[in-house]
Amino acid sequence: MISTQKISKQFGDLVVLKDIDLEVEKGKVVVVIGPSGSGKTTLLRCLNLLEQPESGLISIDQQSIDFGKKLSKKEIRSFRKKSGMVFQTYNLFPHFTALQNVMEGPVTVQKVNKTEAKKRAVELLTKVGLKEKIDVFPYQLSGGQQQRVGIARAMAIDPKVMLFDEPTSALDPELVGEVLLVMKDLAKEGRTMVVVTHEMKFAKEVADEVIFMDEGKIIERGEPVDLFERPKEERTKKFLNLINQ
Amino acid sequence: MKMYLSSSFFSSENIAILQDSFIPLLKGVLSYTIPLTLISFVIGLFIAVVTAVFRISGIKILAGIARVYVSIIRGTPLLVQLFIVFFGLGNLGVDFLKFEPFTGAIIAFSLNTGAYASEIIRASILSIEKGQWEASSSIGMSYFQSLKRVILPQATRVSIPPLSNSFIGLVKETSLASTILVSEMFRKAQEIVATTYTPLLVYVEAAAIYWVICFILSLIQDRIETRLNRYVKT
Repeated sequence: MISTQKISKQFGDLVVLKDIDLEVEKGKVVVVIGPSGSGKTTLLRCLNLLEQPESGLISIDQQSIDFGKKLSKKEIRSFRKKSGMVFQTYNLFPHFTALQNVMEGPVTVQKVNKTEAKKRAVELLTKVGLKEKIDVFPYQLSGGQQQRVGIARAMAIDPKVMLFDEPTSALDPELVGEVLLVMKDLAKEGRTMVVVTHEMKFAKEVADEVIFMDEGKIIERGEPVDLFERPKEERTKKFLNLINQ
Repeated sequence: MKMYLSSSFFSSENIAILQDSFIPLLKGVLSYTIPLTLISFVIGLFIAVVTAVFRISGIKILAGIARVYVSIIRGTPLLVQLFIVFFGLGNLGVDFLKFEPFTGAIIAFSLNTGAYASEIIRASILSIEKGQWEASSSIGMSYFQSLKRVILPQATRVSIPPLSNSFIGLVKETSLASTILVSEMFRKAQEIVATTYTPLLVYVEAAAIYWVICFILSLIQDRIETRLNRYVKT
């Protein structure tokens, strides 16, 4: 479903991604972990083209983008439709209600008619447990509720894969659970997901594969049991020791 | 002394002058001051949005044009701009550039408002966090869709207080149009003074009318702010 070949990205002199090869099969959940500055968020943002690598190839759902040549805006937009992005800071549109937030993509971008889009948006909000909140503004919602609207908004464009960028990092501890629960449901439905997170328990329970990144490279990958219980690389062991303290 | 002043100021003669001058002044307000302000502000706002978008577009030539325009307008007095548009261009002998006083005033005021307001709008757009652009891109929006649906509506809220300042300022600046023969309120006041010889009385009356207009405008500003703040935690 997703495959990247040798994607590299630099900010000035700083190499943030170096020759990343990633494969995600349809219906699989891949969790990316690693210390801050390891490039995991940048990798995720590259999949949605919020960042553009200098070189390499990304393909999602049989559509490929080669970063060797210049991309047209149309190409970028059409590729973005393949993935739905959930942000650490939710980034809901504050001037729209929950329902309008979810309807915005289908109505403005995909030109779905409003009745149809509304029906679908209500379904999605119901699915994330916010049926009662469809007409409120983001500021009237808790962080956990806002993030669930964020998930519904990303799903509304019918993406082939869902990308989560530290979706629970900005939340108060008691609100983390409700967001993870929604994500688990999506995983159970067979959604293809890439999740950057610090929630190791979630990774253990839900991930089909865990990837450990450091200094812009994939250091180690494997099934959660293997990677968490029997890490092979020294750096992985060190990182897991640090977070388990 | 005090008695004398007040009794003379509010003498029946003066009250008659105030009454007689009120209708002509009001006419000046309704037929020139208000139309001049409204039309110039609407055109100015349009110029301002375009200029602001040019500045932030990242396209060098557009940003350059916007910079030069803002620099020229902000760097020269409004009165001088009015004179250049009306007397200067009018004197070129090109029919196309010979404006009626009212048209000339609209051109000068629109250009002036456009430059100042563009800076307000640019700052308001930049005040919207980057995450909003990213979120709208991530659901597939183009640059202009993001601008129209997500960024400008939020920037509007931020820009209302400073834009209201510009608008209220413009109401008063229209008095400068008196110098290029537009019969707006202040010119009417000057004409009245020329016959009654009561400058203090009539100019204070004109000032009071400006103040009332601006007071009403600030009430409207409050209402707009309340409306636009409905989606913000207070």
